[in-house]
Amino acid sequence: MTSTTLNSAVPAKPVKRRSAANSFTTGRIIRLAILIIGAIFFLAPYIFMLSTAGKGQSEIFTSSLSLIPQHFAYIENFAKAFTRVSMGGLLLNGVIVCGLILVFQVVVAIPCAYAMAKLSFGAARLMMALIMLGLLVPIHATALPLYVAFDKLSVLNSYVSLVAPFTISVFGIFLFLQFFRALPNDLIHAARLDGMSEIGVIVRVIVPNAWPAVTAFAIFSVVAHWNDLYWPLIVVTNQAYATPPLGLLFFRAAEAGDDYGALMAATFIITLPLVAAFLLAQKRFVEGITMTGLKG
Amino acid sequence: MADITAASIHAAKAKSRSTAERHEARNALILSAPALILLLLFIVLPVAGVVFLSFTDFELGYSGFKFVGMDNYTELLTDRTFRQSLWNTTVYTAIVAPVSIFMALGFAMLIEAEGIGRSFFRTAYFLPVASLLVAMATVWQYLFHPTIGPVNQFLALLGLPGPNWLGSAGTVLYSLSIIGVWQSVGFNLVLFLAGLTAIPRELYSAAEVDGAKSAFDRFRLVTWPMLGPTTLFVTTISIINAVKVFETVKTLTEGGPNKSSEVLLFTIYQEGFVYLRVGYASALTVVFLAILVVLTFIQYRVQDKQVHYA
Repeated sequence: MTSTTLNSAVPAKPVKRRSAANSFTTGRIIRLAILIIGAIFFLAPYIFMLSTAGKGQSEIFTSSLSLIPQHFAYIENFAKAFTRVSMGGLLLNGVIVCGLILVFQVVVAIPCAYAMAKLSFGAARLMMALIMLGLLVPIHATALPLYVAFDKLSVLNSYVSLVAPFTISVFGIFLFLQFFRALPNDLIHAARLDGMSEIGVIVRVIVPNAWPAVTAFAIFSVVAHWNDLYWPLIVVTNQAYATPPLGLLFFRAAEAGDDYGALMAATFIITLPLVAAFLLAQKRFVEGITMTGLKG
Repeated sequence: MADITAASIHAAKAKSRSTAERHEARNALILSAPALILLLLFIVLPVAGVVFLSFTDFELGYSGFKFVGMDNYTELLTDRTFRQSLWNTTVYTAIVAPVSIFMALGFAMLIEAEGIGRSFFRTAYFLPVASLLVAMATVWQYLFHPTIGPVNQFLALLGLPGPNWLGSAGTVLYSLSIIGVWQSVGFNLVLFLAGLTAIPRELYSAAEVDGAKSAFDRFRLVTWPMLGPTTLFVTTISIINAVKVFETVKTLTEGGPNKSSEVLLFTIYQEGFVYLRVGYASALTVVFLAILVVLTFIQYRVQDKQVHYA
């Protein structure tokens, strides 16, 4: 048994035992080759997006495989992307909508999860049943009645319609509930003895101690709602309230034909904020996905 | 002995407790009231509403409606679009879920075993999860372009004929599946990596002592069973997410060509929000919801049976 075959089978942490760390055996070369081919598959769209965003119309039609543009057309393409659709407005809408949703979700979910985890009350069982039910129900299932109701109330094409259905996150309550249960009761008793109200306990004891859960949930929520197309597509027809995915659909509609240069510039601008956030805070993202994933 | 002391403490506290308990219950109710109200308003009522509407002929823009009993459901049975849509969703899920699960598991094990470039590979594979799908779908449309697209240009270099990926009825579902796999592997991979890291090293040495000599034996005896809960979760979420495919279809194909990429959510969207046949779309939604309920129920059953090692 050589240490190389062992490594390829055993998902080992970088342990010292791997004396082969610097030597390239056949097994290791194959492993690296597979990983690199995989990375190319996952990164290729980004590479072509960046490359095509800098190409002029004619070049796109003649040489799509050369990655570096012969004549840099970045300025032209980005100018088109910025002028045809208000990119700033789209991104701002995205920030406003995701921000409002997150604030409401956290402010509603944390007290509820605290009550369910640390206080005893009659409605707790009913709440738990409703939450388990709610975890099953995506926006796609509630969209029709909500749309009819919002239409009757004439709130379509507004931030209210974009945000309201998501002010409650059963997943958030579920996640916080799991986290709060693990917090020691003594912590809360001590705070109460100091004369804190329940709100005081939540704000000054629970939230600071549950910070990892709050960041994890924040990442989960922002990624989900920044990317959501279904609900904005239904309630927004006015470009002024379009979120980034919907705005890109408008841009595609306005950009009839194959102006891929401008289209790639637009996709780049719209993709950048979240990707940049991910690259800057990778560790938090991965922790967040792991926590929300495994407990969800 | 311990029982007796516990019981006496219980009795002593009982008197002062009832008022404190009532106080606590009232506080708890106040704290959870906003969540309860919003839960009823935005989840319970709409679900009841969609079931109710599915028995009516309600259409948006027309005032009034009448009950039509099971008519919407019987129409479903003979609706060719719905059948096509259900079939396409099934095919898409049958491709995307297993491929993205096994690719993620394979890559996770390779990354875990490899010393160099761990964070680079993880970042590269995870990037699609953090990217706007509508935007990246647009990039894929360019990559898949029949004439100027890099994929077909590359195939041409090799002397191979490139298909009209998103434009022909025979390939469109597979092309969408490639995008689906590309988008979801990273999420599964991160979960598998966490699962792999949590497996105690000693188990591998123990398995080796017990005679698990080959790499495959150790995978079968240690890695696979230890990853059980992670795999179950990843499987459920992959299937559910695949059933919910919508963004790529809406952005790239609008269900075409000739309904060959019509999927469940897209059909619901068309019927309900484009043709405004709310009653009929509600019946479709009820079917969609039933599928989700069944999938979750299966997950719970499997979870109960599963032996937990960790």
